[in-house]
Amino acid sequence: MTLSKIVEILEATVIVQPADLEDINIHSACSADLMSDVLYYHYADTLLITGLIQINVIRTAEIADTKAIVFVMDKKPDERTIELAGQKKIPLLSTPYCMYTASGKLYQAGLRNSRNV
Amino acid sequence: MPLNIDGTIDGTFQLIGGNFTTAGEASTQLKLKLSDLGVDETIIRRATIATFEAEMNVIIYAAAGWLHYYITPRSITIKIEDMGPGIENIELAMQEGYSTAPDWVREMGWGAGMGLPNMKKNSDLFKIDSVVGEGTTVEMVINFP
Repeated sequence: MTLSKIVEILEATVIVQPADLEDINIHSACSADLMSDVLYYHYADTLLITGLIQINVIRTAEIADTKAIVFVMDKKPDERTIELAGQKKIPLLSTPYCMYTASGKLYQAGLRNSRNV
Repeated sequence: MPLNIDGTIDGTFQLIGGNFTTAGEASTQLKLKLSDLGVDETIIRRATIATFEAEMNVIIYAAAGWLHYYITPRSITIKIEDMGPGIENIELAMQEGYSTAPDWVREMGWGAGMGLPNMKKNSDLFKIDSVVGEGTTVEMVINFP
């Protein structure tokens, strides 16, 4: 699924766009507010759906090789966080939906979990 | 890409407790270094996840710390020493889900009790020594394939 399709499904605002969203392909996703869970359980190249907007989410994404991040409930990170995501070329989106609904919409559209459980 | 390592490559990063703005910088620099050296991607992922968890522990709990790395053609060793509160019961701290983190740490997405288990999971050799009131030292070795 392309990131532009995800933007459409989640009615998302694009905060950081390091490349054409049509060229970024996402094959799996994980929803988490616990950064160690992202690092412990999930595979690389995934979409992270989270309610956390602190700068260490970007660091976690970089270490975990996360492909893009969606912030739920219309949350927007601060300038420093946006700047770091830009430097690291990690696309950031913000959706008005809550984590449950955002995850459900993407699952329904065919985007699966980044681990087999 | 073949491994581009001759002898031992080492380095040190200083870590400042409570500095969340730069937290993770040492691990990302190490990740770049390993990538430049042509290390296998799976190994890079394991090494940087283990290092990042250790780095975050220093940022969260300690006043300061040091992250040393030693890269040889066979393995990477990461040693993290901190001036922190120390761990009273290491066996308990190694259990998944056990945590002494305060609420503000949990609100930042950390302190779920997965840090030390995650370091161990990603290491081929994992050692931890801690003295209450003095600090903790973690040593992790990840062998190259």
